[in-house]
Amino acid sequence: MNLKINSEISTQLALLRINGEVDMFSSPDVRKAIMEVVKKKIPKLVIDLHDVNYMDSSGVATLIEGLQLCQKYDGSLRLARLRDNVREVFELTKLDKIFKIYTDVETASQ
Amino acid sequence: MNKTIELHLTSDPPLLSVMRAAVSKVCEIAGFDQLDTSKIILALDEACSNIIRHAYKGKSGQSIIITCNIKPTKLEFILEDQGAPADVKMIKPRPLNEVRPGGLGVYIITSVMDKVKYSEGMDEGNRLLLHKNRPKGKK
Repeated sequence: MNLKINSEISTQLALLRINGEVDMFSSPDVRKAIMEVVKKKIPKLVIDLHDVNYMDSSGVATLIEGLQLCQKYDGSLRLARLRDNVREVFELTKLDKIFKIYTDVETASQ
Repeated sequence: MNKTIELHLTSDPPLLSVMRAAVSKVCEIAGFDQLDTSKIILALDEACSNIIRHAYKGKSGQSIIITCNIKPTKLEFILEDQGAPADVKMIKPRPLNEVRPGGLGVYIITSVMDKVKYSEGMDEGNRLLLHKNRPKGKK
């Protein structure tokens, strides 16, 4: 149940690997991790969602906030390796058209 | 023959994962496939999150009762709380062309479920009825 976030941050790229369920209980932890990257104005933020088995609208809202903050300094936020049920949340809310979504972390990081 | 399960939980966000697990099993019994099950779980989660956030203003330890009725043609959920009554006229899904954090819960609930009905004029608390038609041939 506990959410785990692994961060790898360099000057040009930040990779957040999230593991667990992202809901109204755990999304503040995701927000905190994104804010660490945004504060440093890292140009590219890749969020690996392969091990996220559930996400609700509070998780999606956190990612929208991150996307908009990155855009403010001309950075980009990219999502990678979404499971079908998580992708479904983005499709349902038409946010799959807003986010850059990749099938692997390597391509997302380029 | 109807099948009923009643879930009692308090308004504590860590308990939402327990509710999701229970709703998943109910959907399985009602014959929904994995994709529809994940959507129904999401809708219920959004409804409970709204109760915690809006009816109880984030206060933990308050009552949420979810009655799940598996009926011959539909799966029905009734969510009851004792929080601040919502102004039903103000509950609307927001336009999706506004890309901003928040406000997606009601849109998700109304997109996923076949019927969404808030009880109006209650003296205290709220009652929300959600139903989803069951796949044909599943009894």
